[in-house]
Amino acid sequence: MAVLAKELHEEPRVVLSARGLSKSFGAFAAVNNVDLDIRHARVHALIGPNGAGKTTVFNLLTKFLQPTAGSITLLGTDITKTPADKVARMGLVRSFQISAVFPYLSVLDNVRVALQRPGGLSTQFWLPMSSLDRLNEQADELIETVGLKRERNAIAADLSYGRKRVLEIATTLALDPKVLLLDEPMAGMGQEDIGTVSNIIRDVAKTRAVLMVEHNLSVVSDICHQVTVLQRGEILAEGDYATVAQDERVRLAYMGTEDA
Amino acid sequence: MSDVIHNSSATSTASGRTERSATASKTYAAFLVIGLLLLLIAPAFLYPIFLMKLLCFALFACAFNLLLGYTGLLSFGHATFFGGAAYFTAHVVKEWGFPPEIGILVGAAGAAFLGLIMGFFAIRRQGIYFAMITLALSQMFFFFCLQASFTHGEDGIQSVPRGHLFGFIDLANTTNMYYFVLGVFLIGMIVIWRFINSPFGMILKSIRENEQRAISLGYSVARYKLGAFVMSAALAGLAGGTKALVFQFATLTDVGWQMSGEVILMTLLGGIGTLIGPIFGAGLVVTLQNYLATSQFPVTIITGVVFMICVLLFRRGIIGEFYASRLGRKLGFEHRR
Repeated sequence: MAVLAKELHEEPRVVLSARGLSKSFGAFAAVNNVDLDIRHARVHALIGPNGAGKTTVFNLLTKFLQPTAGSITLLGTDITKTPADKVARMGLVRSFQISAVFPYLSVLDNVRVALQRPGGLSTQFWLPMSSLDRLNEQADELIETVGLKRERNAIAADLSYGRKRVLEIATTLALDPKVLLLDEPMAGMGQEDIGTVSNIIRDVAKTRAVLMVEHNLSVVSDICHQVTVLQRGEILAEGDYATVAQDERVRLAYMGTEDA
Repeated sequence: MSDVIHNSSATSTASGRTERSATASKTYAAFLVIGLLLLLIAPAFLYPIFLMKLLCFALFACAFNLLLGYTGLLSFGHATFFGGAAYFTAHVVKEWGFPPEIGILVGAAGAAFLGLIMGFFAIRRQGIYFAMITLALSQMFFFFCLQASFTHGEDGIQSVPRGHLFGFIDLANTTNMYYFVLGVFLIGMIVIWRFINSPFGMILKSIRENEQRAISLGYSVARYKLGAFVMSAALAGLAGGTKALVFQFATLTDVGWQMSGEVILMTLLGGIGTLIGPIFGAGLVVTLQNYLATSQFPVTIITGVVFMICVLLFRRGIIGEFYASRLGRKLGFEHRR
């Protein structure tokens, strides 16, 4: 009865969904028959022990890997066979588990590379570099949002690990994605950065959908509306944090040892 | 706490970097002026044909470096564009009576077309596979040139007239020809410089640094690589077409795999990813070839030894090492790779 009542309660529309998503590497099924619904204006967490297939799900959803079976729908369009760069242009943008910045570009240039394509400034080989200066205002705004103002002109490789992650979030936001996939955005971050990033995620999720892989369960309970637990490539439990945390199987498989 | 320390160090390196880049632009300007002056007066001291050969190979190496140094793609088939353009230019100038400037442009356009085909097949692969595909396709082109009637097989296209530039400057005059070649070289260099310092060049840099991230930002990486490949091929063609007019012939030597290897050697010797490094690399190789051509000693052994020494001692190449040296850094250069 309670479930039914929840169904009737109006939930925001689904923007990204997967049905029967599977991926096998040879005989090993990394992801098996996963259904996911990511809703607008919601933060959805994907959790599970190491090797559960969380990153593989990310790679499948963003088309960095081609699923063995199943289908993916983004904003009403079937993207099961769409190449990764096109998926990104459609508004599904991801971050990576290992920090993905352009190491020998400055913080500003990192953000500008992301702004260049939507700004229509990516194929001009006859224009000087200074033509990119018109992106500065927008870039500075993003840099300030994530708190990197002082490091604006630093080379990305010189930043601390946590700051690199923050920079990556800034470049991801630069594309103004409709769906944001964050692979362990808080990993390796100091407490101060975790607070900042939590606030940013909560803020961006007001107008778009967020799916994140996260190990820090206090963050998950803090900012996520929906939690999906993966184990050995299959969905073990799903629901809000309280429901999932109560689940016996989940406690046994995952939280029993790591609950915060 | 450690974060704070890190931040301040990052900020200080950033400000140091801006100062350095200001010094660098002054140094660049000074070197540019000196270099230009030397090139302008060089024919008074050195054999002009040798200088022209050097300029052609320097442009070829810089075009190659556009791909290797700025896009991170190692092509083993660039002789196709250099030698192919030499054939195209020689043919249209000799058989169809095209003026030299149009002939060279036809060569460059032809090379760009070949680059489009080769690039289309090669760019989807990386590393050694990319190199092998380009090598295989360039070998196919070599055999095409051996068999096709317009290339005259083993003989090549001989006694190509240099013609008159814009209809009135006689290029049979060696001095005129030298300044024409210098002009082509400088135009080529300006195009390369603009290309790498453009919004497009920025995307190429980002692809070289983190391809996965570039894809996730929505860039169709293959298209950008293909763009760079075609540009590199066209500029290599510009060099090849010019060389055909300088020596007044086009032969199989320029399309052979040895030529593809030679340009890699020149680029590595000079410094990958430096704008002017390949010019020095080409200068060294061409000079060695020229002065050892008359001796009994086989030149390939000498270039081989020089190459080995360079790879063992100066990994960054001549100019790359100079940039990274204390003097280079004092002058404001910075070499990142």
